[in-house]
Amino acid sequence: MSNGLLGIEKLDRAEIEAYLNRAKFFQTHGEGQFKKLDTLRGKTLVNLFFENSTRTRTSFEIAAKRLGADTISISSSGSSVSKGESLVDTLNTLAAMRPHAIVMRHAASGAPHFLARHLSMPIINAGDGMHEHPTQALLDALTILDHRPMLEGLRVAIIGDIIHSRVARSNIYLLSKFGAEVVLCGPAPMLPPELAKLAPGVTITHDIREAIGGAHVIMMLRVQLERQHETPFPTGDYFRFHGLRLEHLSLAQPDAIVMHPGPINRGREISSEVADSRHSVILNQVENGVAIRMAVLEKVMGA
Amino acid sequence: MSTLLIKNGRVMDPASKLDTITDIAITDGKIVAIDKGIESFGNTEVFDATGRIVAPGFIDMHVHLREPGFEHSETIETGGRAAAAGGFTSVCCMPNTNPVNDSAVVTTYIIERARRASPVHVFPIGAITKGSAGEELASIGAMKQAGIVAISDDGRPVMNARVMRRAMESARAFGLPVINHCEDLNLSAGGDMHEGFESIKLGLRGIPACSEDVMVARDILLAEVTCARYHVAHISARHSVEMVKFAKMRGLPVTSEVCPHHFTLCDSDIAPYDSNFKMKPPLRSCFDVAAVTEGLVNGAIDVIATDHAPHPGSEKMQEFERCPFGITGLETAIGLSLEQLVHTGRISLMRMIEMYTIEPNRVLNLGKGRIEVGGAADITIFDTGREWAFDLNKSQSKSRNSPFDGRVFKGGQVATIVTGRIVWRLES
Repeated sequence: MSNGLLGIEKLDRAEIEAYLNRAKFFQTHGEGQFKKLDTLRGKTLVNLFFENSTRTRTSFEIAAKRLGADTISISSSGSSVSKGESLVDTLNTLAAMRPHAIVMRHAASGAPHFLARHLSMPIINAGDGMHEHPTQALLDALTILDHRPMLEGLRVAIIGDIIHSRVARSNIYLLSKFGAEVVLCGPAPMLPPELAKLAPGVTITHDIREAIGGAHVIMMLRVQLERQHETPFPTGDYFRFHGLRLEHLSLAQPDAIVMHPGPINRGREISSEVADSRHSVILNQVENGVAIRMAVLEKVMGA
Repeated sequence: MSTLLIKNGRVMDPASKLDTITDIAITDGKIVAIDKGIESFGNTEVFDATGRIVAPGFIDMHVHLREPGFEHSETIETGGRAAAAGGFTSVCCMPNTNPVNDSAVVTTYIIERARRASPVHVFPIGAITKGSAGEELASIGAMKQAGIVAISDDGRPVMNARVMRRAMESARAFGLPVINHCEDLNLSAGGDMHEGFESIKLGLRGIPACSEDVMVARDILLAEVTCARYHVAHISARHSVEMVKFAKMRGLPVTSEVCPHHFTLCDSDIAPYDSNFKMKPPLRSCFDVAAVTEGLVNGAIDVIATDHAPHPGSEKMQEFERCPFGITGLETAIGLSLEQLVHTGRISLMRMIEMYTIEPNRVLNLGKGRIEVGGAADITIFDTGREWAFDLNKSQSKSRNSPFDGRVFKGGQVATIVTGRIVWRLES
């Protein structure tokens, strides 16, 4: 069993705080003129992306390079996966070249957990299906903490296609561990009631106004068409009932922040006015992604 | 003249209500005497069954032998050996082979292969529809003449109610029961495990219990219209159990079976993303497990069957959602039944034996399932106290997909006798 990072669910507060504190250091380190570190010099990281990704893959690559590691990125098209090789065989082949860690994104929930049982090398989960996306939850926490002294007592509304969202699950676990109140909101077929039992302090509503009422943080999620076998909600009605518009923001706390893991679909789950408003911290999230991934890579690959 | 003498066993035969310590003499594949103190003579082989249960040969009415077409998973020979090692003397194999057993030719092939290669009796189950595609009825009458004992499109349930109705009408005319794997494929589409808190947590798509319930409901209504004998395969959901009970109360010829894994494990017992816990129907909630167990006790469920479904490691060693459904089950069935049902006092030992013998025989009319003088000597010998651990690597099956590797059991199979011949015995 490897000492990678597979999910937030099993982490305790101290482990999460350690990542966040280290990331805060990397946030300020360099200040624009980023100085390359040599913490991971001579170490090799493989970025293995079986699913499309722009920001996460680039973010891991930049984080690794800033720490001095060598990185190799592989995407499923153009790899032996498209020649019918099984996941275990692909990973065993890569493991034989002895990289120091593998960052993996995969469309199947549990794919990294399954591999971690069969490989000794650390695996960092960069998103597995509908399950977890731990570095996203960490960078989201870091972004909230840029605006608030602590997570405890905050009201966080997570709005959108929750059932298909790994970002939602990881955020629910993390926020709940730190005593935040989490309100989930979305169309009924994307929001089964069992989601409220994932962690303490989680409630469910189908009314976006109720969800946003008094919220300190509004997290919008993309509708994950690629994970749906059906159209569970009329496409045309989505924005009308669950899209975030400027008028909603008056219901939230005056200094509420609006987050989105990206990629955003303007006019679908979020209006352009909100995405570009002073409440939006979407680009800060992207920036913080590098700092968080540096902290994770340093912990997993260092020493 | 070959002779076998089983000495001092506790002979339990549900059909005759016999439960006594006695001896059984077997000559030329037939039971010739059941009496205390039978003396051995000449070259008689003596099997000392002291402290053991001697029961009619167990019948597993739901297995997948994978031949023809999927011999990399199992063959009639290896599946037959696994059955023998599990204490079964007869198995009924489902038609989802390649080609599908939807014609007399394939039925005959299976019967001939089994005659030569299998240590246990093999009774084929024919497909309901051609290619199990759910559209056009298979040659049910011709398959019946060739030797099928039931029809089923196991794994690919007939979704069209009209086709199912016609199948039931035909089956009734040919004197065959209809067995259905109850799953509304629209409700379960894309699902990998039971829909509930656990599937939500793991981010896996759900197979809702209602996907089973709606088809059980439909079929019971159709069975009433057609007067067909109808059997629910591997029942797992609580409302389905209730509906079967209701059908029986109405006097309909409806029966059901349950698999040992469905009364042993629930969805929260799944080792995350381990495909050895992936099967259809899926491991349900603890409430369903309780309801299924209750159904075993109150008679809603008649039969225990394994749904032995071998898959090679190459197919089960994948991302959970890519792995095929099914686990092996022949060699752990008796151990799990004793553990969950008998040792807990939920059912008597005699009732457990019934559910493996006269009950499946009642569904299928195999002419098996009892110990009687003049009858074929198919006998299962097991015990109820010996501690043993299931070692998956020693399984007789060609495949290794079981969640019960290393599980310690109290009691299990000791010897399997088919037509007077010991086809498997515990290594001493």
